[in-house]
Amino acid sequence: MDFEKIVNPIVKDIPPSGIRKFFDLANQMEGVISLGVGEPDFATPWTIREAAIYSIEKGKTFYTANQGLLELRKEICKYQKRRFDLDYKPEQCIVTVGGSEGIDLAFRTIINPGDEVILLQPSYVAYTPGVALAGGVVRNIILTEENEFKLTPELLKEAINEKTKAILLNYPSNPTGGFMTKEDYEKLVPIFKESGIMIITDEIYAELSYEHKFCSIASFDEIKDQVILVSGFSKAYAMTGWRLGYVLANEYLVKMMKKIHQYVIMSAPTCAQYGAIEAMRHCDEEIEKMRQAYLARRNFLVKTFNEMGLKTFTPQGAFYVFPCIKSTGLTSEQFCEELLNDQLVACVPGSAFGEAGEGYIRVSYAYSLEELKAATQKIRKFLEKKGVK
Amino acid sequence: MDENLLLSLIENNAKMEVVDLAAALNETEENVDKTIKDLEKNKKIYGYHTLINWDKTNHDVCTAVIQVNAKPERDYGYDRIAKKIYNFPEVDTMYLLAGNYEFLLIVKGKTMVEVAKFVNSRLAVIEGIERTATMYVLKQYKNMGKLVEDDNKDAAERLLVTP
Repeated sequence: MDFEKIVNPIVKDIPPSGIRKFFDLANQMEGVISLGVGEPDFATPWTIREAAIYSIEKGKTFYTANQGLLELRKEICKYQKRRFDLDYKPEQCIVTVGGSEGIDLAFRTIINPGDEVILLQPSYVAYTPGVALAGGVVRNIILTEENEFKLTPELLKEAINEKTKAILLNYPSNPTGGFMTKEDYEKLVPIFKESGIMIITDEIYAELSYEHKFCSIASFDEIKDQVILVSGFSKAYAMTGWRLGYVLANEYLVKMMKKIHQYVIMSAPTCAQYGAIEAMRHCDEEIEKMRQAYLARRNFLVKTFNEMGLKTFTPQGAFYVFPCIKSTGLTSEQFCEELLNDQLVACVPGSAFGEAGEGYIRVSYAYSLEELKAATQKIRKFLEKKGVK
Repeated sequence: MDENLLLSLIENNAKMEVVDLAAALNETEENVDKTIKDLEKNKKIYGYHTLINWDKTNHDVCTAVIQVNAKPERDYGYDRIAKKIYNFPEVDTMYLLAGNYEFLLIVKGKTMVEVAKFVNSRLAVIEGIERTATMYVLKQYKNMGKLVEDDNKDAAERLLVTP
């Protein structure tokens, strides 16, 4: 059979993930120290695990309402109010299978064939294929280290045209650790308002904000209806494997997104939803403990990389540093491959996050300080061999 | 300097070197060093310990938890009698409690006999102690916030590289 003809050309044209390739490489080797993961190293707080186990014991093993347990949606709204001063009603919320589903719902609900969606590069790997699968066309804005990977009004104005349907924001950013403050956003709000484009904001790392208080683009009332807010439990509560997220948006949009969600997913996993209720109610302190730990690790890595001769900007959120490796004369893929072969340390090449990531590597600090120290000592050896200082 | 962050870092790992602490706290080494010395001087840090699983060694340890009923004394409350107890090197940890008994001790010896001897001949005879109840530890699961055998984390299950 000619499968090439059978497969949808959009799917066929999605390039293989640069991360996948690296995963396969690292996986073949023994004794690899990895700095390559995009998930917390903490186990989910016990109280959350216990609540989920209890729900299973009690036989709460059925579907929930499509939109998610009302109790959970109420807690999500309270949480957003308490932590980020956002006003949403439970009717404006859908509980999804991870933030990933939320982003897919947003794309598929608003994109018409040929619509342009602005993505900020370097970006998380799922956005570009997500737009393509929804029939949209990606327009990239290249962010630079000089601007601390922030979106500026100039860049935004230049990218918007009559075909623009939406922009996707991801702050704090994976992979760069870039951050937008309230003041940064204030400069963009009039442009968003005037253009009327939709803003999909992936706020999965909101709780991991360091120097500044996190500000959501949804906190600006004049454009709130344009915003589809996507968040979840994976990063803040160390719940990646639970696959639980949510979207918050205008009620009409939520009704439309729910159509896709109900037919494709039915409802998010029930025991995960019960665990999440516990997370929202009782885990603010756990978040703070983890945030403090990440902050110490970030400081350690930024200082260590800069000392080693790899210029590294201080990320103000998420759990990644994004050192510049241009001084080595290697491409980011060469750098990571050679580092892996030479010292058995795995990092992710910046190019896996789009062309704009070339010249950088993504280093995760979802590892203990001891592990980070051991890994950076090996990277130092590698750089000394390469004659970098 | 964020003193509490410094304390929580070395509470978790007393072996962390000053150079790494300085990096983690975004401070100079001199500053970290001085802060630690100050914390030691004013007894906010009052000692350093190593957590050892003696069961894995050939060194025998028998641990007992002992409840003690005691009478307070005029002018001294419980402090004078407490001192008579905690000065014994066998007493590893000691608390004054509100509840059915006054003191809770964790006592260590080489064998059950040794601990029993301590209770009979040293502890129970102290004037002011009315009653003791000794419970022997069968197994320790967690100590000072650390699991003795960590079954929570199976690093091999975390993928090496993920987006």
